[in-house]
This record gives sequence, structure tokens and C-alpha cells, in this order.
Amino acid sequence: MAKVIIKLENDISTDDIYPGRFMATVLPTETPQFAFFDRTEFNAQLKAKAFPAGSVIVGGENFGCGSSREQACSTLKGYELAVVAKSISRIFLQNSINLGLQVVICPGIEASEGDELEITADQVLNRTTGKTHAQVRLPAARKGIMDAGGLIPYTRARLMARI
Amino acid sequence: MGMTVVEKILARAAGQASVKVGDVVEPRVDLAMSHENAALVINQFLEVFQGTGLPAKVWDPSRIAIIFDHRVPAESPKTATNQKKIRGFVAEHGITKFHDIRGDVGGICHQILPEYGYVRPGFVVVGTDSHTTSHGALGAFSFGIGATEMASAWSLGIAVNIEVPATIKVVVEGEFPPMVGPKDLILHLIGKLTAQGANYKVLEFHGETIRKMSTSGRIAICNMSVEAGATSGIVPGDEETVRYLREEAGVTDAISCVTPDPDASYVRTVEIDVSTLVPQIACPHMVDNVKSIDQVVGTKVQQIVIGSCTNGRLDDLADAAAILRGRKVAEGTRMLVFPASSRIFAQALDKGYVHDLMKAGAVVMNSGCGPCLGVHEGALGDHEVALSTTNRNFKGRMGNPTGEVYLCSPAVAAASAITGVITDPRKGA
Repeated sequence: MAKVIIKLENDISTDDIYPGRFMATVLPTETPQFAFFDRTEFNAQLKAKAFPAGSVIVGGENFGCGSSREQACSTLKGYELAVVAKSISRIFLQNSINLGLQVVICPGIEASEGDELEITADQVLNRTTGKTHAQVRLPAARKGIMDAGGLIPYTRARLMARI
Repeated sequence: MGMTVVEKILARAAGQASVKVGDVVEPRVDLAMSHENAALVINQFLEVFQGTGLPAKVWDPSRIAIIFDHRVPAESPKTATNQKKIRGFVAEHGITKFHDIRGDVGGICHQILPEYGYVRPGFVVVGTDSHTTSHGALGAFSFGIGATEMASAWSLGIAVNIEVPATIKVVVEGEFPPMVGPKDLILHLIGKLTAQGANYKVLEFHGETIRKMSTSGRIAICNMSVEAGATSGIVPGDEETVRYLREEAGVTDAISCVTPDPDASYVRTVEIDVSTLVPQIACPHMVDNVKSIDQVVGTKVQQIVIGSCTNGRLDDLADAAAILRGRKVAEGTRMLVFPASSRIFAQALDKGYVHDLMKAGAVVMNSGCGPCLGVHEGALGDHEVALSTTNRNFKGRMGNPTGEVYLCSPAVAAASAITGVITDPRKGA
């Protein structure tokens, strides 16, 4: 069971998730402090570790649009959060898969802050409203990367296979 | 069945006779571009090799380009240290397409790549920057990726597990009216498609207007294709592409353009007639919040920015200089100009544009991304408004979450600099 800790609107940009002025910070151990930095209260809650691992950010359409900055994923991965959104921007989705950030595409998702969600292999069950919402499968092309636990171990395995 | 340009490029790069939408392919990478975020790519790259017993060697140093542009000169010791680390890596691995902070060969990555002939029609180009879509202007399939994906490309020389994207055909006809140009076209298109209207798809540009358009204009429209969510924008290579590469980039070896088959299949066709187009403005805080200029004229502006990978080229500076020559930037408004490359800066000096702009009161800054991503060289004060030729206006984009950014063409920016309010350049300031 995972709690919705924030419900966001459509077109959440990577500038919102991780403002450009912190891009000189690259280490996944250091990026989490700047997550949603300009949403002051939410950022403070994240930093105070107010939310357990697996907590969910609910987004609308086109979540993660904008920049290719991977910090926008590592900053959320640092808190082991999950993203459930109606649709997800291409680069953000790929970066999430590459880094092992849990992302779920759920076009019909209806959830409010505080709702309890159960995320299964192919749907999202909102325990609070009692409604279930179908997931769109992540691109099949990316399955190998997910199975390997991210793009770094996947690439390492591919490299070793060449020898 | 016939193939689109991107399908042809991917088939060739993956060593297959043909591909279709949805196929998973692994194209060889012809060019892999990074900027300061190479600091993160290097970390991920070294991690790939950890425990393998293999020496951490890039697959082909001649196919990697690294250009410093996002924070030049460094705005902080942290950035300077990242840049120092990248220089060390570049030297160690023999990366030759490296552009440091310099007044002769420096500039914005998306200008340097075409300017130095690094991109050719038919290439597969990946870049750790979302505006890597720019290079579709030269008939390449060029798209943005994250740092870890780049580390994978540096290691393997391929883009792993790429799904062949569907293509939207955009046909543009008609002649631009005076003071209306490629920037207005792409803003109009983004407004029409919405910010996610081309998600996971390619925008392939056709029509008489595109054929007649300079490479500079084509770069502007491909650059902003990503603002409609597109994986890439692409203009099939043609005579202008060859002219640009020969005359401006100094390319002497063979150039072969890739064109779509007549029976290629498109997911959608969008037709635009630019002969009735008016100047377009993307209003805060989304790039698809596009309005005709008459809906926003009179909006007070504290900062005007001309530059960036979208509109910092010589023709953009020429447009601005022509409007500002002999005029003055309004009191209470500041104007910042960032030539897209050192070469363009030098050309603008020779042609007198820099003089025109400075005499009018503009501050001409060094080549680079400037304040576009909100790091330095022109942050907004609380509740200030910017009118900018850059490509994004997300909340906080210019460094201040209470600021507002409007996006426009160089002509609109220059005309508005004189009045201090958003001004229609067709009506004069």
C-alpha cells in the first residue's frame, strides 16, 4: 500500500522537479535536497523524511516534460518515491527506467492527496475510492533494462557479452 | 511500404533493409554530444566498467562532442570543478570535438555542431540535452537522452533498444509576411499540437516554405519541436543543407541526403499556411500557451533576451540590429544579447550589429546559454517579466519562480525593447 503525498497538475516540467540552477549538482546522493525546490513546503517535507519509501506522486498529462536532466529522476529516486501519471514525457520516462525510479502510466488515474494506492503489474487500485485504473505498459523495448535493474548493469552485461 | 526519413535513417544505422513503427532497433551512433553534464556522464560511464576488469575506454573518441555552454564562464566553483574534470577526461580519451570556453571556437552546442560540420544528413545523433532535436535541421535523426543513456552510448557505440517512432508530417506553404518568420511558425505549431501533441513522435517538415528556409530557420523549428513533445524534428536534407555544409561549415567530403519514400506512412498530417501568420507569443508558464501578439501587446517587460540555441544566430542578430539601429532601449528595461557562437559574435562585429545593439543600450554578452536555464547572466527579480527569444518559459525558468517569461521572435523582442512593453514589430515602435 502506498500513500499519495502530492497531487500535481498537467505538464509538470523538469524545471519544477529540479530547477536548472542546481544542475551543477550531479551526484544522486546530493540531488534529493533540491527536489521540487520552489514548492517550498513539499521540499521541506521531503527533506524531513516525512514520507516512507514507496510514497506516490500523482501527476497529470505529460509529466516530466522539458529538459533531459537526469537529476529530475535521481532527486525522486533518492527518496524512493514512485510516480503515477496520466502520461509521461519521453526523456523523463527513459531516464526513470534507466535509473530504476518507479513510474506508472495510468491514463485514467483519479487520486487525491492522502489516498492509499495499490500498484499491481497492470493496474492501480485506489483503496480510498475503491476504483481501479488500468496501466499502460511501459515500452517493451525497455524491459531488458528494467529486468537488469537499470541501464548501468544492463550496459555492463552487454559489454561483457561482447568479449 | 515506403519509409519516412527517420525510418530510413534507423534502418540503415541498424543494418536492416527496412523498419516500421514500433520495431525495436539498436542504431549505431554517429555523433554523441554532451555539454557540462558530461560530468555526470563520466561518473556513470566509469560505473559501467566497474568490476568488469575492462579498461574504461570510450567506443570512438572521434564521435564524441563536448561543448561548454550552459554555464560559461563558470558561475560557481562547483561548475568550474566539473569543467576541470571534463577537460581531464577529454585529454585522457583523446576526444577531439571539444569546445572549451573560448572567444574563437566556443559557443552553444546546438550551434557548434552544425557550424563545424559535425552533423550530416542521415546521421544518428544523440545528445544529453533535450534540444538536440535541433540537428534534424540538417536531415539527421537527432534526439535528447539522459546522462546514463549517454554513458551506455559511450560504452557500446549504439543507442540501445530504440523503438521506431511514428512520424507526423508537417507541410508548410506560403510566404512569411514582413516581421514574421520561423520562430512564429514553430510557436504557432506548438500551440496547435499542444505540449504533448507530438510525444514519442517525429515531426517531419515539408512544403515550399521549408524548402526556401535557411538552415538557421530550420534549426529554430527543429530546436523547438521538443516543446510539442517530439522525439525529434527533421527537415529532409536538400540543396540548402548541402549549401550550408559546404559554404558555411566547410565540409568537403561526400554528403548524401535522405528523403522519404513517396508512399511513406504518417500518423497525421498538419498543414500550415504562413502567408496569414502574425507574430506569435508563448505566454507564461507553458510553451503551448501561444497567443497572437495582439492579445498581449502592452504587457510591461523588464528584461529582453535575444540569443540561445533557438534564436542567437546571425540572421536573428541582424533582425534585432535593423530594428534597434539609431534607437534606444526603454528606460526601466534591460536588454541582453547572447550570440550563439563565437564565430557568429565575430561576424556580428564585422557587420556592425554589435555596435548597433550596444549603441541602443543592449548588453552584448559572451556566447553561451546565458539566463535561459536560470543559472546566471540575467536572473529575474521578484515578479519581473522577461520577453525572450529562448525556447522555454516554465515557472522559475529564468531563475526566479515568481518571474514570468514570454517567448517570441527576435523582431518582437527588439521592437519591444524600444517601448518597454510587448510591441508588434509590424506596427513599429
